[in-house]
Amino acid sequence: MAVRVLGWLAVLALLAGLVAGFGYAPREAVQGNVQRIMYLHVPAVLTAYLAFGLVFVGSLGYLLTRRPGWDRLALAAAEPGVIFTGITIASGSIWGKPTWGTWWTWDARLTSTAVLFLVYVGYLLLRGMIDEPDRRARAAAVVGILGAANIPIVHFSVKWWRALHQPSTILGPEPSPIAAPIALALFVNWVAFTLLLFYLLAKRTEIARLEDMYAG
Amino acid sequence: MRRAWIVVWKDVLSERRSKESLNALVFFALLLLFVFQFALGPDRARVETALPGLLWIAFILAGLLAFGRTFLVERENDCWEGLVLAPGDRSAIYLGKLAGNMLLMALVEAALLVLFALFFSLDFTGALPALALVLALGTFGLVAVGTLFGALTAQLRARELLFPVLLLPAVVPVLLGAVTATQTVLAGQPLAGASSWLTLLAAADVVYLVVGLLTFEFVLEG
Repeated sequence: MAVRVLGWLAVLALLAGLVAGFGYAPREAVQGNVQRIMYLHVPAVLTAYLAFGLVFVGSLGYLLTRRPGWDRLALAAAEPGVIFTGITIASGSIWGKPTWGTWWTWDARLTSTAVLFLVYVGYLLLRGMIDEPDRRARAAAVVGILGAANIPIVHFSVKWWRALHQPSTILGPEPSPIAAPIALALFVNWVAFTLLLFYLLAKRTEIARLEDMYAG
Repeated sequence: MRRAWIVVWKDVLSERRSKESLNALVFFALLLLFVFQFALGPDRARVETALPGLLWIAFILAGLLAFGRTFLVERENDCWEGLVLAPGDRSAIYLGKLAGNMLLMALVEAALLVLFALFFSLDFTGALPALALVLALGTFGLVAVGTLFGALTAQLRARELLFPVLLLPAVVPVLLGAVTATQTVLAGQPLAGASSWLTLLAAADVVYLVVGLLTFEFVLEG
C-alpha cells in the first residue's frame, strides 16, 4: 500500500515537474528552449549519485551483517543508478550538440560520469555472472565499495586532466546564481526523480526478495 | 607479515621452476612493440609523442594477463582450499599476492623499457630515477586493484571477459595520473611539475590498498 502511494506520488511529482519545466519556467535568454533539458539532466545525475551512495551503504551493510536485505538494497539501487547515469549522459549529449557544437567532448565531468557509468555497468555484469546468492552478494559488495571509494579519486584525476563543463552551480559552496523560477522547476523535478528512485527501490527490493524466496 | 612473505616465496619458487608467467609476459611485451610499430608507422616523432601512453598501454595489457592469473594458479590441485584453510589473517594472502604481482610487473616493465629503448632507439637513462618512482606509484595502484579483482573473478565463468571489464574503469585515475606524470618525466622536466599527480597516485594507492586489505577475506571465502 505504502509503495503504491509512493508510486502515485512519483507520478504526480513527475507531472508537476513537466509542467514546471515546460510551462512555468521561462525560456532561457541565451540558450532558448534547449536549456529545458537541464530539468532532466541535473535531477538525473543527482539521483544517480544518491543511488550509488545507496549501493555503497548496501554493500557495506552486507559485508558487516551478512543479511541479504542489504544486498537487495545494493542491487535495487545500482540498476536505477546506471539508468539515471545513462539518462544524464544522453541528455547532456543532446544538449551539448546545439550548445557546445559537439555530441561528446572529453571534458572532465563528462569523462568522470562516463567512468562512473562503466564501473557500475561492470558491477551489474558481475552480478549477472554469479548464481549463488551469498557469493554474488560478497563479490558485488567488494566491487560496490571499491567503486564508491574510487568516485572522489576519479573526480579529481579527471578534473585536473581537463575542464570545459561549467562548474557545479547547485552543489558548489557559493549561493546559487540560478534565477528563482528555474531553480524552482529544477527543485520540483529533483523531488520527482528522488521519489521515482525510492519507488523503484521499493519495487526492485521486493522483486529480489521474491526471487530469493523462490530460488532458495 | 611473515605469512605474506611465505606466500611471496611460494609463488616466486613455483614461478622460478615453471617460468610460466614471466617468459610469456616478456614475449607478449615484445609482440606489443610490433603492434605499436605497425600502428604508428616509421615516424619517430609520433612514437615519441605517444610514448607515455604506449608504455602504459603495454603495462596495463601485460597486467591484465598477469593479475588474472594470480589466483587461477591456485585452482589447480585444490591449492585454493589450502590457502583458505591456512590459519591466520587472510589479508596476509592479499599482501603476499600483491607483492608477487609487483615483483612480476617490475620485471616486465624493466624488460619493456629495455625493449622500447632498443627498438625505438630511445634513451631513458637520464630520467630513470624519476621514471622509476612514477612507474612504482602507478603500478602499485594497478596491482592493488588487479590482485583484488583477480581473486574476485578467479572462480567465475567468463572471468577473462569480466576481469578487464571490472578492472579498467576502476583504474582510470591511476592510468590518467601515471601517463601524465610519465609525460612530464620523459620530457625531462623536474618531478615537481607532476607533484599533484604523484600525490593523487599515492592517495589512490593507499585507498585501494586499504579497501583490498579490508575486503579480501570476503573475496577469498570462495
